[in-house]
Amino acid sequence: MSLLIKNAKIINAQKAEDNLKDILIEKGQIARVGASIKAGSAKIIDAEGKWVMPGFVDLHVHLREPGREDKETIESGSRAAAKGGFTSIVCMPNTKPVIDNAMVVEGVIKEARRVGLVNVYPAGAITRGQKSQEMVDMYELKKAGCIALTDDGRAVDNSQIIKMAMQYAKMVDILLMEHCQDYLLTGGGVMNEGYNSTFLGLKPDPGVSETVIVARDIELAAYLGARIHLMHISLERSVELIRKAKEDGIKVTAEATPHHFTLTDDAVKSFDPNTKVNPPLRSEKDVEAVKRGIKEGIIDCIVTDHAPHNFEDKEVGFAEAPFGIIGLETALGLVITELVDKEVISAPQMVDRMAASPANIARLANKGLIEEGKDADVVIIDPEIEWEVKAEEFVSKSRNSPFIGKKLKGCVEVTICGGRISYQRK
Amino acid sequence: MSEWKKTNLLDLQDLSKEEIDLVFETAKSFKEVSAREVKKVPALRGKTVVMLFFETSTRTRTSFELAAKRLSADTINIAASSSALSKGESVLDTARNIEAMNVDMIVVRHRSSGIPGMLSENLKASVINAGDGCRSHPTQALLDIFTIKEKLGRMEGLKVGIVGDILHSRVARSNIWGLTTLGAQVTLCGPSTLMPVDIEKMGVTVNYNVDEVVREVDVLMLLRLQKERQQDNFLPSIREYAKEFGINSSRLKQAKKDMLIMHPGPTNRGVELSADVADGERSVILEQVTNGVAIRMAILYLLSGTHKSIETEQE
Amino acid sequence: MSEGGANKKGLTVTPVSKIMDKEYIRRALMRIAHEILEKNKGMEGLCLVGIRTRGAVLAQRLNQCMEEIEGRGVPLGILDINLYRDDLTLIDHQPVVRETLIDFDLNDKKIVLVDDVLFTGRTIRAALDALIDFGRPANIQLAVLVDRGHRDLPIRADYAGKNIPTALDDDVRVKLRESDQADDEVLVVKRKIK
Repeated sequence: MSLLIKNAKIINAQKAEDNLKDILIEKGQIARVGASIKAGSAKIIDAEGKWVMPGFVDLHVHLREPGREDKETIESGSRAAAKGGFTSIVCMPNTKPVIDNAMVVEGVIKEARRVGLVNVYPAGAITRGQKSQEMVDMYELKKAGCIALTDDGRAVDNSQIIKMAMQYAKMVDILLMEHCQDYLLTGGGVMNEGYNSTFLGLKPDPGVSETVIVARDIELAAYLGARIHLMHISLERSVELIRKAKEDGIKVTAEATPHHFTLTDDAVKSFDPNTKVNPPLRSEKDVEAVKRGIKEGIIDCIVTDHAPHNFEDKEVGFAEAPFGIIGLETALGLVITELVDKEVISAPQMVDRMAASPANIARLANKGLIEEGKDADVVIIDPEIEWEVKAEEFVSKSRNSPFIGKKLKGCVEVTICGGRISYQRK
Repeated sequence: MSEWKKTNLLDLQDLSKEEIDLVFETAKSFKEVSAREVKKVPALRGKTVVMLFFETSTRTRTSFELAAKRLSADTINIAASSSALSKGESVLDTARNIEAMNVDMIVVRHRSSGIPGMLSENLKASVINAGDGCRSHPTQALLDIFTIKEKLGRMEGLKVGIVGDILHSRVARSNIWGLTTLGAQVTLCGPSTLMPVDIEKMGVTVNYNVDEVVREVDVLMLLRLQKERQQDNFLPSIREYAKEFGINSSRLKQAKKDMLIMHPGPTNRGVELSADVADGERSVILEQVTNGVAIRMAILYLLSGTHKSIETEQE
Repeated sequence: MSEGGANKKGLTVTPVSKIMDKEYIRRALMRIAHEILEKNKGMEGLCLVGIRTRGAVLAQRLNQCMEEIEGRGVPLGILDINLYRDDLTLIDHQPVVRETLIDFDLNDKKIVLVDDVLFTGRTIRAALDALIDFGRPANIQLAVLVDRGHRDLPIRADYAGKNIPTALDDDVRVKLRESDQADDEVLVVKRKIK
């Protein structure tokens, strides 16, 4: 089946096209981009008044399958991704069992193909069982289809192991992604250390637990000439360390989540377990620094860290509740409302941080760009529509979002993945 | 005197100076009731008070139970072990089940900060916080301050030192709120590893020199030091803590003549204070326990007269 | 207190006669003191317990009268009956409880309970319950400044300063120097609902 998007205002990372164009999609690829393309047998989608962008790429998603299918499945997570405008997602390996061998990787890929809504790329673990004790078989995982490795949920605590892993991964040529948090330094903290944690009597996680790992990995990358991707950066100090590393030519990339550029630890005052995330929500100045980092490209990409948990798990005390919130369906609205609308970043910059740059980091060569010959992963959004986040409207299996009730601007109209419509707004 | 309008007692920072005074005034009468031959009044006859303790406690629970019984309320104890929670029953679910049996007040203690607040939003019964996490222990602070007022007759300008593990202490936090609300000056003292960040923003000063604190204060509150703090590396050793921060009679030689020694109990004799100090003439530790019952009677009595908005929409 | 004006609930308050003034009250209390002593054949085993707040003031004054008559007073206590009220579940906010001060043993004593106005008798019922919790007196007698009738319970006064026939919705207001910072007087106020 072929599709023809008419009157498209195409926005790529390099620039937003001035003139409206048509995009012809055939055989899963962008066949032609130009003025007044004849439809022929193609199904027509009129994009007048909308923005047409390359499909978003999320390097950080928890799909929970295998193991916790009560929270999310590859199918429900794919559906949520498509609704959020994502066409490629990288799923985290902290499942049960952990994605640390080819069999589990193949299982995930097979199920994702069956669902067929978005491209699901598994990330494998860096260490077996994510225990920071021995490296996984990296070649095996790469060959099975992993595009990155991470022990997300926890940093590789053992400095010797992460050094070896970076050295070995450089040879294998696979991306390592680090969950930046020294587990012991968090002191079992459940929220950001500061007046709020003192006031609320909740165990504090000092920010230095993050910056210590950021600094360690930057030093190791510099020493080894290896590359490292630093996950969910949340602090001003981390942004500054990464800025310096980039100036020094160290091969470091970084990501940040929408909740870390929208919410401060003031949100925790409600004791809403949906404000409990890892790393924790930080102070105002950190939120500003993360925004600045995204604007200046110090933080290369925006990821959701979509972390579904069911109601029962969150209906306990704040300290007992699991970390994490869902994010696939609110990311675009938060980016437009908090960053684009407030002129922190431009629309092309948004495309860079949400599509081009993550595609580049993950080496997805034919993605992140609307151009003839590229994969037909396209999202059409209406940047003007205002909507309210409602719990019952999530297609994710979980509803653990701190943004329920919040009014957001910007909404996905159509998501096209591999030339097929994977989501269309009713 | 101001009217009591609160339906729950969650935190001391929710109470105004006037409301605290009302609690004290009421507690004074109840102290007299506890001193009678027949230690019982019918004020809460027919009411049911549930002690829902997710964390073990003997003192606080007994104190609340006695208070409720002296007011003629029916009481039930539920020691919900944490294992019940790991079986998958949520706190709220547990509380809803209890409430379904038509109870009027739930006294709750939980190791997690914020649980009493969460329950109060979801239940019709009045919720009384008997200690949540490191956050709040309002009745303890009320009885502490009541004892100070009874002994020294004033609060304004009074200097109170709190010594110990401030980081993990809900007693310290609630006392800071109450004491500063009533105009006292609070100085905190303890190992730097056990001092929470930005605590000065609560209107207190921090001094790591315990001798200086002993010299200048009118009241010295000592906190219990948990032995686990050494294992968790907050401290080099309990022995060093006892030497540097423990209160003994030689350290007290520099203190003001009528300075009071307080402790929320249970005491670790030989750690935060020596036995002779605990039993010495400055110590009001047992009076704190006596006053605890009176304060809790006052809280139960006052809360039993207010109803949640669902029921009081007349007028 | 505004007299004659309309208050916010739409009631018009009309002042009616001052039925007792300072002198009247003084004489009434002196008479009651004599009656108590007469009936009890002296002061042996006699105690006065006033119900907070005005009953306590009146008990104090009665004791002064006895001092004038006999040269000495009797043990004096103050009772707060709020915890024994039968309407705690009906009212919106808990009444402020104050201390009960009875520092003598009332077992086998003759207790004269003192209050300002006797109306439904419910306060006295509460006071009796409260007193019994302190021990077993030989007997309990009741002295009031004003008996206005309309009893809900089988209770009567042994000594009354004045009996006043009233309508059910009348207000009887007692003012005493010690408790009200005003000259002693008793007013009956008619309430008319518009």
